[in-house]
Amino acid sequence: MALIELHDIYKVYDMGAEKVHALNGVELTVERGEYLAIMGSSGSGKSTLMNLIGCLDTPSSGSYVLNGTAVQELDDTQLAGIRNKEIGFVFQTFNLLARTDALHNVELPLIYAGLSRQERRERARRALEKVGLGSRMTHQPNELSGGQRQRVAIARALVNDPSILLADEPTGNLDSTTSEEIMQLFDELHRAGNTVVLVTHEPDIAEHAWRKVTLRDGKVTSDQATARATGSDRPAAAAPVS
Amino acid sequence: MVFLENFRIALAALRANLMRSILTTLGIIIGVAAVVAVVSIVQGLQYTITQQLQGVGATFIAVSPKQDRGNFPGVAARQVKLTSDDAQAISEKVPGVKMMSPFILGRATVKFKDRKHNPFMIIGATENYQDVTNQTVDRGRFFSQVDLENHRKVTVIGPKIADELNLGPNPLGKEIYIDVYPATVIGVMEKKGQNLGMDFDDIVYVPFDSAVSLFGRNTADQIQIRLLATGPERVEQVKDGVGRLLRQRHKIPASEPDDFEVQTQDEILKTVNKVLGSVTAVVGGVVGIALLVGGIGIMNIMLVSVTERTREIGVRKAVGARRQDVLVQFLIEAITLSLIGGGIGLALGYGLGALVAKLIPGFPPAHVPIWAVGLAIGFSAGVGIFFGIYPAAKASRLDPIEALRYE
Ligand SMILES: Nc1ncnc2c1ncn2[C@@H]1O[C@H](COP(=O)(O)OP(=O)(O)O)[C@@H](O)[C@H]1O
Ligand SMILES: [Mg+2]
Repeated sequence: MALIELHDIYKVYDMGAEKVHALNGVELTVERGEYLAIMGSSGSGKSTLMNLIGCLDTPSSGSYVLNGTAVQELDDTQLAGIRNKEIGFVFQTFNLLARTDALHNVELPLIYAGLSRQERRERARRALEKVGLGSRMTHQPNELSGGQRQRVAIARALVNDPSILLADEPTGNLDSTTSEEIMQLFDELHRAGNTVVLVTHEPDIAEHAWRKVTLRDGKVTSDQATARATGSDRPAAAAPVS
Repeated sequence: MVFLENFRIALAALRANLMRSILTTLGIIIGVAAVVAVVSIVQGLQYTITQQLQGVGATFIAVSPKQDRGNFPGVAARQVKLTSDDAQAISEKVPGVKMMSPFILGRATVKFKDRKHNPFMIIGATENYQDVTNQTVDRGRFFSQVDLENHRKVTVIGPKIADELNLGPNPLGKEIYIDVYPATVIGVMEKKGQNLGMDFDDIVYVPFDSAVSLFGRNTADQIQIRLLATGPERVEQVKDGVGRLLRQRHKIPASEPDDFEVQTQDEILKTVNKVLGSVTAVVGGVVGIALLVGGIGIMNIMLVSVTERTREIGVRKAVGARRQDVLVQFLIEAITLSLIGGGIGLALGYGLGALVAKLIPGFPPAHVPIWAVGLAIGFSAGVGIFFGIYPAAKASRLDPIEALRYE
């Protein structure tokens, strides 16, 4: 069974005078351990799709099965639970809590998971070490560079051991050198066995992934392996399910 | 766990906007401070008055003339009389009277050598006044029946008089002047303190007849009477008896009201409590308005806070906060805010009450009963919940995507 199964997904925004079809019958399946980039021009529906996958939003119609659970049947509280345990979301604008140090930012999902203070602290520390910020735990967001902030956000996404790591233009606010470092971190996380889905409109960022899906006007117009997929560093975890 | 965490978050948020938080709670602070100040003063009053009245005993009855207000404006009020003969008739004809003391009140200057003093009052009484009103002489003695019968020029003074006139370590035997009449000090009363603006230590006692010469003949027709019944169970009977007798003696037609007042200790207590109760009620109304204003202030600042922290709410929801988590977080913040206000108000109100009680002479010390503390805390928590629930619900219903996109 695939990790993500999207079937005939529509998302319609009713803007009064006209209806905006942000998603227009999307079909998409993502297997465990995949490294997927979603591409497309601005307004093609990438973020809308990511928000649906991340259970931040629900489709107007269609079915979404995540890790065996039919998401469209869940209520608000259950969706919050899925976001907490199954999903790690990384945003373009980092979305860290201001005036809150890195450790506490990373701890946040664990609070809602109901973990003890001690365990939260321990896991947050490990997650920060994993993204290379072991020495910046007590820094607040405004004391960190853009790349470091995104690392904190990635640590927060990882801290609950989610089934899937989602990133909507994670390098959109970073310079090219920092972008490259962040993408190497994603590569690393993928190699370690994480399923990664990221949105980008930059072709060289997309080339980090193994599979590339292109959206246009809310529809999947192409779905292909990247050049890298044929390379030698392909991990066993991402072996095609045939 | 989540609850504690929410409390921590709330405190951090309030600390981040310390000045704003304090200003927001001002309404609550004022409201709670007002209620606690008034309650502490009223309770202090009630406590001492009750103590004093219970000191005179459950068999105590006061009879005094009631000024007739007249049925028509402009028509002169009838001269109300309560005379020594009335007093005599009561002790002879009303069954159940154990002891009776008539007295008159007046004011006069007292002198000793070059010292002059204007006492709070001069009481002209009979020998059993001391027993009826349950008072103790500290040094010397109260005047006796023999003093009265022989028209001896004696006086018993409150401790303050001895100080004011500078009578020295041994006031007994000294001759002072009450107006122009000389009198020998034969006793000094025990210190009693002040209450309701009355200084019980600043009183001069003289024999009934001396007071009549001092204040004039007609004062003998406007006396006060204090009685003791033979037992608490006979108080009502004595009260009825006195009433019937005085109506008969004063020839009051059945259609007319009494021209005198008979009050038992119980009734005096009730009257005092009624007065203090209405003071509390009026202040309660004012406080209600203050708390309402305070609550609206809290609601307002919480709505601002929810708007300001829309993105934070979005982030929390994105990482798994449920509606109820967000609701509880903001509700606790509102409650914490109003509880802090309530706590400050409580301290301030107590301080204020204590200060007022200290500044006004004759006021008993302020007393905050535990129920008032509970009420203040409960009320401020209630205000926090009532006015915090709407902003908190609003925060909890925010759509995560819209919240994250909020600029
Ligand atoms: N909340 C919304 N209300 C109305 N229209 C929206 C909303 N969110 C997205 N859209 C529209 O849906 C389309 C897809 O948007 P989006 O998924 O953000 O595109 P992308 O991320 O690919 O740039 C756009 O036309 C956008 O204007
Ligand atoms: Mg987008």
